[in-house]
Amino acid sequence: MIKILKYSFFDLMRSRWSYVYFAFYLLLGFVLLFLNTDVSKAVITLMNVVIILVPLMGTLFGVMYYYNSKEFIELLLAQPIKRTSIFIGQYLGVATSLTFSLIVGLGIPFLVYGIFKSDAILDFSLLLVTGGFLTFIFTAISFYIGLSNENKIKGFGYAIVFWLFMAVIYDGLFLISLIVFEAYPLDTFSLFASLANPIDLSRILILLKLDISALMGYTGAIFQKFFGTQWGVVIAMGVLLLWVIVPVFLIRRKALKKDF
Amino acid sequence: MITIENIHKSFGKIRVLKGIDLDIPKGSAVAILGPNGSGKTTLMKSLLGMVVPDQGRILLNNTTIDRGWKYRNGIDYLPQIANFPNNLKVSELLKMIKDIRGAKTDKETYYIDLFSLHPFLNKKLGTLSGGTKQKVNLVLAFMFDSPILILDEPTSGLDPISLLVLKDIILGEKKKGKTLLISSHIMNFVEKVCDTILFIWEGTIYFNGSITDLKKNTKKDDFEHAIAHLLKSAHD
Ligand SMILES: Nc1ncnc2c1ncn2[C@@H]1O[C@H](COP(=O)(O)OP(=O)(O)O)[C@@H](O)[C@H]1O
Ligand SMILES: [Mg+2]
Repeated sequence: MIKILKYSFFDLMRSRWSYVYFAFYLLLGFVLLFLNTDVSKAVITLMNVVIILVPLMGTLFGVMYYYNSKEFIELLLAQPIKRTSIFIGQYLGVATSLTFSLIVGLGIPFLVYGIFKSDAILDFSLLLVTGGFLTFIFTAISFYIGLSNENKIKGFGYAIVFWLFMAVIYDGLFLISLIVFEAYPLDTFSLFASLANPIDLSRILILLKLDISALMGYTGAIFQKFFGTQWGVVIAMGVLLLWVIVPVFLIRRKALKKDF
Repeated sequence: MITIENIHKSFGKIRVLKGIDLDIPKGSAVAILGPNGSGKTTLMKSLLGMVVPDQGRILLNNTTIDRGWKYRNGIDYLPQIANFPNNLKVSELLKMIKDIRGAKTDKETYYIDLFSLHPFLNKKLGTLSGGTKQKVNLVLAFMFDSPILILDEPTSGLDPISLLVLKDIILGEKKKGKTLLISSHIMNFVEKVCDTILFIWEGTIYFNGSITDLKKNTKKDDFEHAIAHLLKSAHD
């Protein structure tokens, strides 16, 4: 599996899209730091970008890489390698190379601006960890969608709809349900609603850590009330991890059954 | 050495294999024949575990292959369609598969010479012609020197000279005592390299026997006519 991971990783690192992705974060980091002299404020702005864009990139790269490497997969299937190693190795290759671009791309400008001397170092690290989680989650889900759909166009379609739902539609539906069911106690419902969406969960996680109640919103406040800051962070991380494990498990199951 | 017991396989509503039973002794050269879409590729892929049969089992040296993977160390496979990652160079591909297999072989240079592939080693696979891709496919299939060879339409896209080269290679491998499974639509080629004929029709084995038996059964002296006769009688 390590060999497959290695080949996928370097294959992607050589590709044009990785450079574009990397350059984008590099630029974003420098521009934000140039505009906000306050590193903490830059972290908050960055969070809003990362939370939407990282899942989108994970989604696009996940399906794209699956369909682009079908030939490679077929070649490997005839070799003495475990099936699960092939698919999990490829998935980890995409996810780590994206995470690598994210961390290095954002890391360089923040290093230049002296993140290590600032108090924002923990917040910034948390942002990178969350970005890593989101990459692994959305790449896994879109890889699974690719694996489940022979038809490329359908696969891309489903993957993008999934991202759109999690990043945009979900919050809308949530707000509507809060208004419609105003008369009922909604604390538990909101709590579960935020656990069920990795994007919401990541936002809450970062805001909990930053401890800015003004930005925390309704669910964030409930989260804090329910778990307290410390436990809130731990539980949010745990659920994010679950959001990685479950799709990886699904990839494994699908890969074992599929005919090539 | 290879035993296939009651293999069934459907893709959605199409029932491709409907109970295949087969014994392939070590050292035999078996031709898998049958019309397009009769399931030759599906049967070969089942042996490699690329297709998972709905029913039945496959044994290799008396052990079921059941979702294992180590057994593939003993099989060299030539896929029907030479699909390669387009952005890799030929030399990179060969190196990569060697590395992934953990094999220390330098046999590839021998086959690169035979098929005159030197000028293409630094070309990207995506830019090669179909015939050249097929030669790369053949190098990959032969270079690991495994005891079982499964070749799915090895002749497709080859020029007459390469076809002769291929025939000599296969005859050489047969002499080494390897077990061969070959599908092809070129009857003249089949007659020269195989000794057992397996004819698949509507998902079952319609004929299984030696070329001599086939000629005797169909009362035809010519192999091509014998096969044509077999096809016709299957249709009736
Ligand atoms: N992965 C697959 N998914 C769906 N149908 C398939 C798949 N592989 C093969 N088939 C179908 O199974 C039938 C037999 O195919 P194949 O084994 O390739 O035949 P042959 O090699 O004898 O020409 C064909 O109808 C083909 O369309
Ligand atoms: Mg075929």
